[in-house]
Amino acid sequence: MRSSNNVSALVLVEQDTSGFSLINLKVMGAIERLRHFVDLEVDLLVVGKDCAAVAGMAARIPGVRQVLLADGESGEHQLPETLAPWLAELSGGYTYFCVGATTFGKNLLPRVAALMDIQPVTDVVAIHSDCEFSRPIYAGSALARVRTGQLTKLLSVRASAFADVTLGESSAAIVPMTPPPAQNMSRFIEQQQVQAERPELASARVVVSGGRGLQAGENFQLLYRLADKLGAAVGASRAAVDAGFAPNDMQVGQTGKVVAPELYIAIGLSGAVQHLAGMRDSRVVVAINKDPDAPIFQAADYGLVADLFDAVPELIALL
Amino acid sequence: MKILVAIKRVVDPGVRVRPLTDGSGMDITNAKMSMNPFCEIAVEAAIRLKEQQVATEIVVVSIGTQAVQEQLRSALALGADRALHISTDSPLEPLAIAKVLHVLVQQEQPQLVLLGKQSIDGDHNQTGQMLAALCGFPQGTFASRIECKGDEVWVTRELDGGLQTLALRLPAVITTDLRLNQPRYPTMPNIMKARQKPLAVIPLADLGLDLQPRLQTLALEAPKLRQQGVMLSSVAELVDKLRQEAKVL
Ligand SMILES: Cc1cc2nc3c(=O)[nH]c(=O)nc-3n(C[C@H](O)[C@H](O)[C@H](O)COP(=O)(O)OP(=O)(O)OC[C@H]3O[C@@H](n4cnc5c(N)ncnc54)[C@H](O)[C@@H]3O)c2cc1C
Ligand SMILES: Nc1ncnc2c1ncn2[C@@H]1O[C@H](COP(=O)(O)O)[C@@H](O)[C@H]1O
Repeated sequence: MRSSNNVSALVLVEQDTSGFSLINLKVMGAIERLRHFVDLEVDLLVVGKDCAAVAGMAARIPGVRQVLLADGESGEHQLPETLAPWLAELSGGYTYFCVGATTFGKNLLPRVAALMDIQPVTDVVAIHSDCEFSRPIYAGSALARVRTGQLTKLLSVRASAFADVTLGESSAAIVPMTPPPAQNMSRFIEQQQVQAERPELASARVVVSGGRGLQAGENFQLLYRLADKLGAAVGASRAAVDAGFAPNDMQVGQTGKVVAPELYIAIGLSGAVQHLAGMRDSRVVVAINKDPDAPIFQAADYGLVADLFDAVPELIALL
Repeated sequence: MKILVAIKRVVDPGVRVRPLTDGSGMDITNAKMSMNPFCEIAVEAAIRLKEQQVATEIVVVSIGTQAVQEQLRSALALGADRALHISTDSPLEPLAIAKVLHVLVQQEQPQLVLLGKQSIDGDHNQTGQMLAALCGFPQGTFASRIECKGDEVWVTRELDGGLQTLALRLPAVITTDLRLNQPRYPTMPNIMKARQKPLAVIPLADLGLDLQPRLQTLALEAPKLRQQGVMLSSVAELVDKLRQEAKVL
C-alpha cells in the first residue's frame, strides 16, 4: 500500500576524510526501498565546515528534491551537542529522518531522538512497509520486527543490508541555510586518521580477516599481501585488536563493523557469535583454521583445515 | 567527584540464544545471566578514578526485576559504594531507561555518568546519548580512554575511521568501549563486605514518569541459515572452487 500526502524524508549526509562518505549511497538505497511503500520527497542535509564540495556530490544523488547546505564554523567536527538540538527542530518537519548506522550516526541519532521525545529504530536491516522495520538483536541471533507509529520516524540504516544508488549528473538544487549555533559543551582535541591505502571495510567487495591465530602484529603483513592480490579490505577479530595486532577500526563484529562483501575470508579466527554478527551476510565465506572443530566452519561455504602460515602463502602464490 | 554508573543484567555473552518458535520472545529461560560486559568496563573505569582519588563516591544503578540486585551486589563487591535498584517488571525501551536515569541524575547530581556503549541483548547503543540529551550534558561515546583534567574530562573515542579525542565540560556522560580497560574480578572478602553496603529499592512507579513503549515488537525471527558448506582438502582446490563455482575471483 502506498500513501502519498506529502510524505517527506530528511537524510543527513555523512562526511569522512575523503569528503562525501560512500555510506550515503547505501542510506539512499534504503530510501529507495522505502519508496516501494510510500511516495517520498527527499531532502539531503549537509552540515559542516567547508563542505560545499560534499553538497555538490550529494546533489548528484538521483531522486532528491533539494540539498540543504549549512556551512560554517560551528559545524566543524560535527559535535553532537551542537548538531542535535538543531536537527531535532529541523527533522520535526519530516516524516522520516535517516542516517547511516556508523559510529557517526550512532553517536548522533539517539541524542536527536531524545530531544524530540522519540524512540528511534536503529540498525535497520529490512524495510517491510512505511512503518515496519527489522533490526538485529542478540548479536544477530534474532531479527526484531518492529512497528513505529511515531509522527517522525527516526532511522539508522545498516549499510551492509542495502544496495548502493548510483550517482548521476548534478541535478538537485543546493539551498544554503544558517548553520546551528555552537554549544561549546565539548572541544575537539585531535583525530588520528587511518591511512586509506586499501579499500574501506564497509564497502569492499572482498574482505580478508585475521584473528588471534595470526599470533603477532607483524604476521598481519601476510593478510595485507593477500588483500593486495585480491583488492580486498582487511578486518580483524576482537581478540586480534585487543592483542594489538590490528587497529580498532578493523574490528568486525557485534560491536565493531558490519560487512557483507561478495567474499569474506576468515583466517585464524574461531568464529564466535560476536564475530559472526559482523559478517554473516557475506555472500561467500571461506574459513582457514587449523582446528577442524572451530565454529567458523559452520558459518563457511568453503572450509580448509590447515596451518595458516602454510596455506596463506600458498594462496597468495596461486592467485 | 561523584560518579553514577548504570548497569544492566543481560544473558551472558557466552550463551547461545535463539528466538522462541512462535516468535514471541527469546528462549532464555534458565540462561546464565551476567552484568552487560560494557557495564563491567564502566564500573571498572569508575573504580580506577576512585583509586586515582579523582572520584569520591560511586553509585551504581540498575533498572529491572528483583534479579538485577545480583548484578548490583557484584558492582558493590568490585568497589562501588552504594546501589539503587529501580524496580519494575516491564521491559523498557532506551528512551524510557534514559528518562529514569535522568531523574536519578537530578537527584544524585553526579559529575560523571558512565554507561556501557551498548547492551548485548538489545544491541541498541542509544541510552547514554539519550541521557546526555535529556540532562543537557556533553557526551563522550565509545570511550577507549578517559582522563580527568580540572573541570574537563578528556575522552578518546573509537570511531569507524580511527580515534578521536574530545574534552568534555563536566558534568558529562561517557559510554565505554571494549578497550577502555580490563575489568577485575571481585575478591572473596569484598563479596562479603558488599552485603553490608547500602542498596536502595525504588519502585519505578514512584518516579511518576510516562514510559509507554513507542515501538511495537511484532515478532522475533531467526536469521536466515546459511547452507551447509563444504570442507576442502587443499589450497588449490579452494582457488578452483572460488573461480569456477562461486565465481568470486
Ligand atoms: C561484549 C563483547 C563484544 C564482542 N565483540 C566482538 C566483535 O565485535 N568482534 C569480534 O571478533 N569479537 C567480539 N567479541 C569477542 C568474541 O567473543 C571472541 O572472543 C573473539 O571473536 C575471538 O577472536 P579470535 O577468533 O581471533 O580468537 P580465538 O577464539 O582465540 O580463535 C583463534 C583461532 O585461530 C586458530 N588458529 C590458531 N593458530 C592457527 C594457525 N597457525 N593456523 C590456522 N588457525 C590457527 C585457532 O584454531 C582458533 O580457532 C566480543 C565479546 C564480548 C564479550
Ligand atoms: N535496565 C537498565 N538498567 C541500567 N542501565 C541500563 C539499562 N539498560 C541500559 N542501561 C545502560 O545503557 C547502556 C547502553 O544500553 P543500550 O542503549 O540498551 O544499548 C548499558 O550498557 C547500560 O549502561
